[in-house]
Amino acid sequence: MKTSDLFQETFLAIIANKVRSGLTILGIVIGIGSVIAMVSIGQGSAKSITDRVESLGTNLLTIMPGSQRGQMVRGGMGSATTLTLEDAEALKTISTVKTVAPTVSSRKQITIKGSNTNTSIYGIDANYFSVKSITLELGIAFSEVQYKSKNKVAIIGPTTRDTLFGENTDPVGQKIRIDGQEYTVIGVSESKGGTGMGSSDDLIYIPLGTAQQYITGSDKLSNISVEVLAADLMDSTEEAISALLLQRHNIASADSADFSIMNQADMLSAMTDMTSTLTLLLGSIAGISLIVGGIGIMNMMLTTVTERTREIGLRKAIGAKRGDISLQFLSEAVTLTFISGIIGILLGWLLSYLVSHFGGITTTISPQSVILAFGVSGAIGIIFGYYPARRAAKLNPIDALRYE
Amino acid sequence: MIECKNVSKIYQTTSVETPALKGVSFQIKDGEFVAIMGPSGSGKSTLMHILGALDTPTEGEYFLDGKNVASLSDDELADIRKNKIGFIFQSFNLLPRATVIRNVILPLVYANVVKEEREKKARQALADAGLEETQFDHLSNQLSGGQMQRVAIARALVNDPSLILADEPTGNLDTKTGDIVMGTFQKLNKEQKRTIIIITHEHDVAEYADRIIFIRDGALVEDRENEHKRLGARTK
Ligand SMILES: Nc1ncnc2c1ncn2[C@@H]1O[C@H](COP(=O)(O)OP(=O)(O)OP(=O)(O)O)[C@@H](O)[C@H]1O
Ligand SMILES: [Mg+2]
Repeated sequence: MKTSDLFQETFLAIIANKVRSGLTILGIVIGIGSVIAMVSIGQGSAKSITDRVESLGTNLLTIMPGSQRGQMVRGGMGSATTLTLEDAEALKTISTVKTVAPTVSSRKQITIKGSNTNTSIYGIDANYFSVKSITLELGIAFSEVQYKSKNKVAIIGPTTRDTLFGENTDPVGQKIRIDGQEYTVIGVSESKGGTGMGSSDDLIYIPLGTAQQYITGSDKLSNISVEVLAADLMDSTEEAISALLLQRHNIASADSADFSIMNQADMLSAMTDMTSTLTLLLGSIAGISLIVGGIGIMNMMLTTVTERTREIGLRKAIGAKRGDISLQFLSEAVTLTFISGIIGILLGWLLSYLVSHFGGITTTISPQSVILAFGVSGAIGIIFGYYPARRAAKLNPIDALRYE
Repeated sequence: MIECKNVSKIYQTTSVETPALKGVSFQIKDGEFVAIMGPSGSGKSTLMHILGALDTPTEGEYFLDGKNVASLSDDELADIRKNKIGFIFQSFNLLPRATVIRNVILPLVYANVVKEEREKKARQALADAGLEETQFDHLSNQLSGGQMQRVAIARALVNDPSLILADEPTGNLDTKTGDIVMGTFQKLNKEQKRTIIIITHEHDVAEYADRIIFIRDGALVEDRENEHKRLGARTK
């Protein structure tokens, strides 16, 4: 049997059994399509979360007042007031510390003429922007003089700007009232994405001294951000800081520390853990649909064995060799799987595109999920399309013609 | 040259054993025209399948051109079936959902006949078997019994086999068409020296043959020359 005859036979067989071919294709398409779409959603969300955490700054340790234990009881991180500017100064003596950025924060009512909002006020020092990798969209950062003389100047987040002044306006030079006192806007920070708690888009920065004097009225700090020289020094630096602060606060045991240290890397890995759980979850749903699709294909291929066995007997009776039969059925199974594979990949891609377009979720199609989905359904299609045929090809023609 | 030596066939189902052939022995020389007769269930089709190298005896030996068929490999059997034997099944066994013409082309595909010739040969064979040209592109499962029979005959003859085995080839045909088909067989036998073996219930049909073998309950009961030979309706 020549190759061109083989292709013709394959084509005729697929056309002759439209319903069976269609259902087989449908099974594989659903299997492949759903795996690709699901995994792309999972990995897309994982990537966007990791990106966001990374954008908050790398090699970052955040020291917050209040003990790790029982912090709930004491009213949450940052509500206790045990960290001072002197603590922050002292941290600079640790050799692996690159920069120290003490911060004061508080939520206040902001008003301008005709509009008001309630947002977080951050009192920061000159190192803060570099530690948190924040850049400005408009205006300039606070000057040395403004820090020293505790001027009432403010840099506002892009979301806050949008709420107060309208989207994409330039508020530089405008006045806002924080807690009843008038501040001049001198800049707008660049958007870092994200909403809700911990977003660096909806807040107002003012100089640290200004915040301590007019907003909190105390010299205590809300937290200290520490940038460490290198990622592999994070753990040792964390220990050194802990030891230093325990000593300064005259506390004997780390268990009763009146501060806690949060590691950005820990947070990142916690987030990554969470997102990989998400991917795993979506992946297993997809896996289940792949299995269901696979069983469908298997069922399809196996239920037609009786009919195909008769056909095999007939073909052998008129002179087909075992190899001719095997090749024909293999070629049929491969063709069906291949067609379905292409459609399935397109469907998966379309689904993940629709999800990211209308659902607002970032999706990433990974080659592994394509290969996995294609591989599994392809293997099932080929195994269950080919092996029963090969078995039937070993029967003598009369037995095959009588097969029930 | 066909030789059966004590051929037996026992069908084994889960509970019962059905002996379909019980030690049949005979010879058929090249160029003979033989009819096999016998009551229903006597084992005629079973014997024919063995003669066509489609099935093997459970006991005894069957020699085709001096070769013991049971000892041949699958591929050797395939070569014999496609180059030597034209088999017409009692139940036709056409490929359903394939067109009439495709059914007749198929043996030529497996025999590696060049593409250009296939269609021509298939059309000729179908016309010889008396099928209307308008039916060539019909699906084979949309034909009447008689039409299917003619397609089955065309498929068996298309590759010019030297041994033609026909299991009740006229069973579904009217007398006139039956006579034409038998005339064709007779012509192939007389003019081209093909060996022809047919199974039939009808004495009229058996009379075309040179020799008649009678089978009853799986055993050969009579094997004689046909004295009242009949000549078929002449075809072109
Ligand atoms: N696959 C099978 N399994 C079990 N028994 C079978 C099988 N095929 C045939 N038989 C039995 O073998 C015997 C002979 O069957 P066979 O088909 O050879 O008869 P036949 O002479 O061709 O009959 P008919 O004239 O009706 O076609 C019958 O009794 C039948 O029941
Ligand atoms: Mg029969």
